[in-house]
Amino acid sequence: MPETLLSVRDLKVHFPSRGALVRAVDGVSFDIAAGETLGLLGESGCGKTTLGRAILRLQRATSGEVLYRGRRIPEDARPFRRHIQMIFQDPYASLDPRMTVESIIAEPIRALGIAHNGGTRLRVEHMMEMVGLSKRFASRYPHEFSGGQRQRIGIARALAAEPDFIVADEPISALDVSIQAQILNLLERLRDQLKLSYLFISHDLRAVGRIADRIAVMYLGEIVELAPAATLYARPLMPYTKALTSALPAIGAAAARKRMVLTGDVPSPLSPPSGCRFRTRCPYAVAECAESKPLLVEIERGHWAACSRISPERPEIEAVH
Amino acid sequence: MRPLLSVRDLQVTFPSNRGPSRVVQGVSFEVAEGEALGIVGESGSGKSITSLALLGMVPKPGAVDGDILFEGRDMRSLGEKDLRAIRGSKLSMIFQDPMTSLNPFLPVWVQIAEVTREHLGHSRAQARDHAVHMLETVGIPDAGARASQYPHQFSGGMRQRVMIAISLACKPRLLIADEPTTALDVTIQAQILDLLRERRRDSRAALILITHDLGIIAENADRVLVMYAGRIMESAPAAELFRNPQNPYTRALLRCIPEAGRRDGPLFQIAGQPPDVSALPPNQCPFADRCLEAVDRCRREHPPYHRVGEDHWSLCWVR
Repeated sequence: MPETLLSVRDLKVHFPSRGALVRAVDGVSFDIAAGETLGLLGESGCGKTTLGRAILRLQRATSGEVLYRGRRIPEDARPFRRHIQMIFQDPYASLDPRMTVESIIAEPIRALGIAHNGGTRLRVEHMMEMVGLSKRFASRYPHEFSGGQRQRIGIARALAAEPDFIVADEPISALDVSIQAQILNLLERLRDQLKLSYLFISHDLRAVGRIADRIAVMYLGEIVELAPAATLYARPLMPYTKALTSALPAIGAAAARKRMVLTGDVPSPLSPPSGCRFRTRCPYAVAECAESKPLLVEIERGHWAACSRISPERPEIEAVH
Repeated sequence: MRPLLSVRDLQVTFPSNRGPSRVVQGVSFEVAEGEALGIVGESGSGKSITSLALLGMVPKPGAVDGDILFEGRDMRSLGEKDLRAIRGSKLSMIFQDPMTSLNPFLPVWVQIAEVTREHLGHSRAQARDHAVHMLETVGIPDAGARASQYPHQFSGGMRQRVMIAISLACKPRLLIADEPTTALDVTIQAQILDLLRERRRDSRAALILITHDLGIIAENADRVLVMYAGRIMESAPAAELFRNPQNPYTRALLRCIPEAGRRDGPLFQIAGQPPDVSALPPNQCPFADRCLEAVDRCRREHPPYHRVGEDHWSLCWVR
């Protein structure tokens, strides 16, 4: 068994909004092994970004804990910054426009006081090379680069301090299709070269299915299904995951599929439904779904789902009618 | 049969400090009654500017050239008053972000009523009834009560339904939808696309669907134009395009899309990035620098369109 690199235990992030309490993350637990990529799949507002930020302690958690190699990461996470870094969605907003590429990439090295043989400049050049940027560009500014190149700068900055765990929050969604493939390949190559682990947060089913070893599906602050990537697509168990995977438009000949289109909108996290939070949109919901909150149960080996209507004995949900 | 819309050799040019930037170049296509035409392209491909040109809405200082015939009328010869009479009635538009196209200070029914009062001559009472009816047809629950609410009281998906209600209120012959579901979640996206398909089937309206998402095109378009650097690189019936893509750009774009759960070797990628059209030499293929199949000629001469199959054209020297 590979070593567990990161553990999240019953993590909750609640914050007040207009006199009510938003339960953005509501009791999430998972482990990520060394070298593993966990995909965190969810739609907007499900809490996936908040969860990613809470792991890095960029967002204060209400309760629960995050462990790195068995050690609890405190609210002041500075001692852990060299090991855990983040790549952001928007390469335009996350780079300081007044700083040169060199100073952007050097920032974590300087801030964390990491010494390198040959000095910071050499380290920056090495990082630029590694992410596919010519070192001739070191003295340029972010606006002189395309979206894809800016994302490469963001990746170089994240990796400069030699972390082994990266939270990548929608790292390709702002990019064009032809550039997305470049960045996905780069992330995969770096993972193999540098033995990185990723928490890859995305709403893009294709991208997550490509890069992740396992996938956690999040809905209204909770993880509702967790399985190896191939299993999740081949045999989703939880109705929400079934709807998500079938909503993906098919390209080419495979277009003839049975599609499950959900009715209604995602409820507000200010007042999530009682019991199962998905029940208001679930075609299989029965009265008991409103009463008790389903727990994440291992239905098949390594395949967890939170749904009162399925169990290890009955993994297939039975129709209501 | 005469097509509903016919575009011939459309050019859109913007001045830039490097000389004229030809953002749309030699674009020609037709849309028949009831047909769904998909236009797919990455940012800078000219797909959105093409649709703005059809509506006579290219921002200054852009210059438009070429022929745009809608129901046989030359759109480019019409004055602003005649264009306004067509826009919103026979020809209407749905944009990506309903929040920026809806007026935050008006109840949604009033925004539907504005178009029906102007184009259909409805009275206030008629317009309100019609607005509620439209909100019902686009699947807004409790439409009578929600009609008086403001855009911010609707979710993203519901706002897009309101936009669709506005755009369909005057029974358009042609609907132009520019990335109508890009701002929405996957499960909501499926609802909106199904709704568009249903409403279109009932009204027999034609559709131009502009998107970067090949999957959406595959499931919703009858015919497809693939755009790159202001040109149509390939045009074909949708089934044919996905079964038998010919242009190297289309083929590369399709190969870039990850297949969930497949991890044999690195994903295919197109090197480099889309060109800046203002810096692109006129006498070469715009894709030549990124193309795996390019030959010398591709960098010396602009390629011609050639027929690669039934109603299937490709802008390429090689295929």
